[in-house]
Amino acid sequence: MSVTAGAPFRRGAPSFLSWIPTGRGTTLTIYIVKRLLWMIPVLFFVIVITFVLMHLAPGSPWDREGRQLSPQVVENLNIKYGLDKPLWQQFLIYVWGVIHFDFGDSLRQPGQHVSDLILVSWPYTFTLGAVTFILLVPIGIGLGVIAALRQNSLVDYTALGLATAAASTPNFVVGIFLIIIFALGMNKLTGGTFYFPTGGMPSPFNPFQVELIMPVITLGALPTAYIARLTRSSTLDTLRQDFVRTAWAKGLKARLVVIRHVLKNSLIPVVTALGPTFAFLITGSFITETLFSIPGIGRTFVSSIAARDYTVILGTTILFALLIALVNLVVDVLYVFIDPRVRLTE
Amino acid sequence: MGQTLLQIEDLHTQFFTSRGVVRAVDGVSLHIDAGETLGVVGESGCGKTITALSVLRLVPEPGKITSGRILFRGRDVTKMDDEEIRDFRGSDVAMIFQDPMTSLNPVTKVGFQIEEAMTAHNRFSASLAKTRVVELLKRVRVPAAETRVKDYPHQFSGGMRQRAMIAMGLANEPSLLIADEPTTALDVTVQAQIIQLMKQLNRELGTAMMLITHNMALVASLCQRVVVMYAGRIVEEGPVEQIFRSPQHPYTWSLLRSVPRVDEARKDRLVSIRGLPPDLTNPPPGCKFHPRCPFVIDRCRVEEPSLGEVALNQVARCWVLMRNVKEDDVAAAKASALSIEAAQKLKADAEAAAAEVDSVAGS
Repeated sequence: MSVTAGAPFRRGAPSFLSWIPTGRGTTLTIYIVKRLLWMIPVLFFVIVITFVLMHLAPGSPWDREGRQLSPQVVENLNIKYGLDKPLWQQFLIYVWGVIHFDFGDSLRQPGQHVSDLILVSWPYTFTLGAVTFILLVPIGIGLGVIAALRQNSLVDYTALGLATAAASTPNFVVGIFLIIIFALGMNKLTGGTFYFPTGGMPSPFNPFQVELIMPVITLGALPTAYIARLTRSSTLDTLRQDFVRTAWAKGLKARLVVIRHVLKNSLIPVVTALGPTFAFLITGSFITETLFSIPGIGRTFVSSIAARDYTVILGTTILFALLIALVNLVVDVLYVFIDPRVRLTE
Repeated sequence: MGQTLLQIEDLHTQFFTSRGVVRAVDGVSLHIDAGETLGVVGESGCGKTITALSVLRLVPEPGKITSGRILFRGRDVTKMDDEEIRDFRGSDVAMIFQDPMTSLNPVTKVGFQIEEAMTAHNRFSASLAKTRVVELLKRVRVPAAETRVKDYPHQFSGGMRQRAMIAMGLANEPSLLIADEPTTALDVTVQAQIIQLMKQLNRELGTAMMLITHNMALVASLCQRVVVMYAGRIVEEGPVEQIFRSPQHPYTWSLLRSVPRVDEARKDRLVSIRGLPPDLTNPPPGCKFHPRCPFVIDRCRVEEPSLGEVALNQVARCWVLMRNVKEDDVAAAKASALSIEAAQKLKADAEAAAAEVDSVAGS
C-alpha cells in the first residue's frame, strides 16, 4: 500500500489470485482502488477530530454580538437541530447522514443545505484556483529552469529576486497594492476608460474574465515563487550529476542534454510539490476572496468557523480532506509514469 | 608505432577557487599513437582525470584550460567552436567514467542512452543506430541484449552498467577511448572481465586507449606505455616493461613498491608513501615530491628538475634517479617504511584534519 523505489512489480502473488490478469495496468487499478478505500478511514478520523475540536471551542452557533437570544429561544433551537442530545449521539447522527451524502442544514443560514452552500461557492474558488495553477506551472518551472541554466547571471538574480520578493510579501499586501495601482490608480489616470475591475467574479465558471487577473496574481505569487525556487535548486543539483557529464561527453546537443537528461530528472520533485500546491489553490484563500469580493469557499469556511456554524465547518473540512487525499493519489500515480524506479507494491 | 593521434602540448588547467588558483594540470605534454594503449597513473588528486576532461573540454567550473595545445589529428581541440567540440565529443574521442552507478541517466532506457550517442553524430543513420545498440551490447557481453536494451539502469548490476558505458563509448567507433578508473567501482571478478573485454576491443577494433588508473596491475596487463603523474605534472614516462623493471623516479618506485605481488615471496615490507599529495594552491618549492621522497637531496628542495631522458624512450623528472641510489639507502627506505595499517591510520588522520580545515575555511 505504498510507493517504494526499486521493488519489482509482481512478487509472491498468492496462487488463489492467479485468475487475476497481471500487468502494469491491473496492478495500477488495484492500487488505485485500494487507495480510494483507504480514504474512508482517513475521512472518518478527519470528522472525529474536527467534531471534537469544534465542540471544545467556546461559544455556540446561537451567540450573537450585542443583544443575545433569550434562553427559551436557544433551547428550542438546540432541540430543533439536535444539539440538546449527548455529543456521541450527535456524532453518530452526523456520520449516519454523511454515509447517505446528507451533510445537514446550515445552522446560521436557515433552510440552506450545506451541500448547496458548497456547490454554490466552490465553483468560484475552483475556477480561480485552476486558472492560477495553469499559469503557475509554466511560469514557475520556466523561471526556475532558466535561472538554473544561467546560474549567477543577471537572469538568475532577477528571477531569484522576484521569487524572493513574491515569497516574502503577504498576499493581502500584494492584493491591496494591485487594487491601488491597477484599479484605483488606472481608473483615475485614464479618466475611468480603462482599469482592472475589482468587483468579484461575475461568473463562477468563466476562466477568461478580466475580473480574474488581479485575484490570480494575488493568489498565485507565493506558490509560483515557491515552485520557481524548487525548480531552480533541483535543476542545479541535477546539472552537477555524473550522468549529465556523460550526456555532454556523448556529444549531444545542449538542448537534448537539458531536456532529456537534466529536466527529466530535475522535475520529479517539482511534480511532487505541485500536488499540494494545487490542493492549496482549489481549497480557496480567505484573503484573496475577501479582497476581491469573490463569494468562494474560502470565505464560506472562515466565516462558518467565526459563526460556529457546525455543519458548514464539517462539510467544508470533509471536502478539503477529500481533495487533498485525491490530489496526493494523483501525484503518486503520476510518479509511476515519470520515474521508472518507482514501482507500486502491496 | 603508428601515427600520432593525440598530442597534448604544455597543457595547463587551473581552477579559480576562493582559496586561490589550483594548478590541477601544470604543463603536461604527452602523446598517444593510433591503436596504442597509454596508462596514466598516480594517486588521486594528481591531475589525471582533469587532463582527460581537458581533452574533451569538459573541465567543470570553476576550472579552465589556461594554456597549451591539444592536437587531435592535427586539429587543436582548445580552439574548436561549440558545434565542432560537440561533434568531436563521443565521435572522435569517447570517455568512460569512473562510477557506473551514477554515470547513467536513471530515468532513460539503457538502449536509448547508447542509441542517442550515435544519433548525435552522423556516422550512423537512425535506423542503423537502433540495430547497432543490440550489437554493441552483445559485443560487450551483456546477456540477453535484445531484451536488456529496454531496461532502465537500476535493473542493471554494476558490472553490466560499466559494460553499457563501454558500449556507449564504442558506439561511434572512436579512434580514442579514454577510460577513467573503469574498474574501481567494481568487484574483483567483474574487474577481470572488464579488463579482458577492453583488451579484446583494443585488439579487434584498433581503438587507442588512454587508461587512467591508480591500479598498477591494470596498467601492466593493458598498457604499452605509461605516464606517471604527480601534483599536476608528469614525473616519469616510458614503456611499461621498462618502467616496471627499472623505475627511475622515486615516486614511481614507491607506487610500484606499494603493490603486493603474488609471484614474489613476501620478504620485503610493502612501502607506503608517507603523507598526502601537496596542496595544489600552494605547491612546495623545488621538486613537488621532495617532502615525501625518501632519497631527497638538498638540490630537490630549491630547484625543480626537468624531464630528462634516463633510458631509451624513458624520461623522468628527478635529480637523483633510482639507479644512483645506494642499495643501503633503498634498504633503509624499505625498513623505515610504515606498515600499511599505520600508513592508513596516518592518512585517515591527515584527511580528517584536512576536512576540518576545509569546513572551517568554508564556513
